[in-house]
Amino acid sequence: MSGNSYLPRKLHSLLGVIPLGLFFIEHALTNYSAFEGGREGFLDSVHGLHKLPLIFFLEMFVIWLPILFHGVYGLYIAYQSNLNTGRFSYGRNWAFALQRITGVITFIFVIWHVWNTRVQVALGHTTYDEIGNHMHQIVTQPLNFTLYVIAVIAAVFHFSNGLWAFLVSWGITVGPRAQRVSSNICMGIFVIVSVLFLLSLFAFRSDEFASAAAAGAAFGPVTFG
Amino acid sequence: MAETATKQRTVKFIITRRERPDAAPYTEEFEVPYRPNMNVISALMEIQRNPVKADGGKTAPVCWESNCLEEVCGACSMVINGKPRQACSALVDKLEQPIRLEPMSTFPVVRDLVINRERMFQALKKVKAWIPIDGTYDLGPGPRMAESKRQWAYELSKCMTCGVCLEACPNVNDRSTFIGPAPISQVRLFNAHPTGEMNAHERLEALMDDGGIEGCGNSQNCVRSCPKGIPLTTSIAAINRDTTKQLFKKWLSM
Ligand code: HEM
Ligand code: SF4
Ligand code: FES
Repeated sequence: MSGNSYLPRKLHSLLGVIPLGLFFIEHALTNYSAFEGGREGFLDSVHGLHKLPLIFFLEMFVIWLPILFHGVYGLYIAYQSNLNTGRFSYGRNWAFALQRITGVITFIFVIWHVWNTRVQVALGHTTYDEIGNHMHQIVTQPLNFTLYVIAVIAAVFHFSNGLWAFLVSWGITVGPRAQRVSSNICMGIFVIVSVLFLLSLFAFRSDEFASAAAAGAAFGPVTFG
Repeated sequence: MAETATKQRTVKFIITRRERPDAAPYTEEFEVPYRPNMNVISALMEIQRNPVKADGGKTAPVCWESNCLEEVCGACSMVINGKPRQACSALVDKLEQPIRLEPMSTFPVVRDLVINRERMFQALKKVKAWIPIDGTYDLGPGPRMAESKRQWAYELSKCMTCGVCLEACPNVNDRSTFIGPAPISQVRLFNAHPTGEMNAHERLEALMDDGGIEGCGNSQNCVRSCPKGIPLTTSIAAINRDTTKQLFKKWLSM
């Protein structure tokens, strides 16, 4: 790429945390309400979110545009890297390689997942009230469930390890000790957020979300692809 | 008679060679008579004296570069058993056999194990890794450096532009313009100097240009590979901090 790559790279790094990281945590918590509060809890969370003012602009500037830029530029960054964990099998080098691999997985998953959910709402195939049942239909299929589990763990790793890299890229954690401590904290975040997402996936599989599924089946299940 | 008793112990080498920069690489095997305490350079000298392959066929002597023979010039860097390092400090007794030698192919290969490290010296020019003191009259003594600072700055000054950190870095390749870890650490060194500090912003700006510090992806292979134990990742993070400050300073003063 010609021209100065410093600013786009800085923007990529910033967007990964603000707003994408914040949205990601919000998403984990909303979904977790399906585990904690069941169908009612999840509906409350979804309604709460969709009562936010200027929701169109919020979605546009907090989610769509940032993820488009971070995702596409991220693919370009990944393309520019060699993976040399064979020759240098150090923990941090593995994290470097996984940051890129999980970025690519996240990219593909986000397209599929948004197609499954937000686009189906936009097309009128489902509504926010039925979205929990809609998820139930998807994740009760073993292949879809497996893909969701893999993709969710990949995305959470990408976020947590990205947070560690962000702190280095902006010069917040400088010395080896600071970087070690932040690495431990970020791996803690990885475990916690993974558990939140996995519990919500299991919650969506439960019968509670199946109730209205029969009605939803009328427009056919959304399958992989 | 006592043939088995006198049969020389040998060291086996597998060397990646190429005749010209654009020629295809190939490997050749050598068996070099063992001598106590020999290093990879002395083995290469032996091959130079007697350029015969393990299978008995004659070949052209293997080319390599070396100068100081005490790990301070960086000229003899090559990939030994998969890791980039200096051949002069690679003791045969401490290496697994067969010993595999390859050029550091992140750099243009000139011939056999000889590479062109020009990009490292260009990088030092780009980031102005020097202290400008020339003038038309004697400026007198500059400010002194605090001893506590001098101690860590001295560690950074040990860099011999050997190129090992660039070879180890997954982001230094021909799809990326990343300048590499060593020159970033040199910016930290020269910006730490009380006189060098007066031009600190120029060095930072050089790293905020295409191919600058943003090319780092934190694989941290560099710090694990540097033969001089230079805290490269600390330098990179410190310069990340300084370039971030420089960015905001520039915006706010516009
Ligand atoms: C959509 C597909 C995505 C792709 C292809 C992608 C790709 C990448 C790549 C390659 C990096 C490494 C940059 C580097 O270390 O030099 C990165 C960093 C990062 N990503 Fe993503 N990413 C994606 C989505 C996300 C999402 C959804 C989030 C938020 C949860 C996120 C958060 C981060 C963070 C925080 C960093 C660290 C920034 C830094 O290194 O300073 N990414 N991404
Ligand atoms: S920083 Fe270390 S590995 Fe890199 S060029 Fe200097 S001495 Fe070699
Ligand atoms: S010959 Fe100088 S470092 Fe090996």
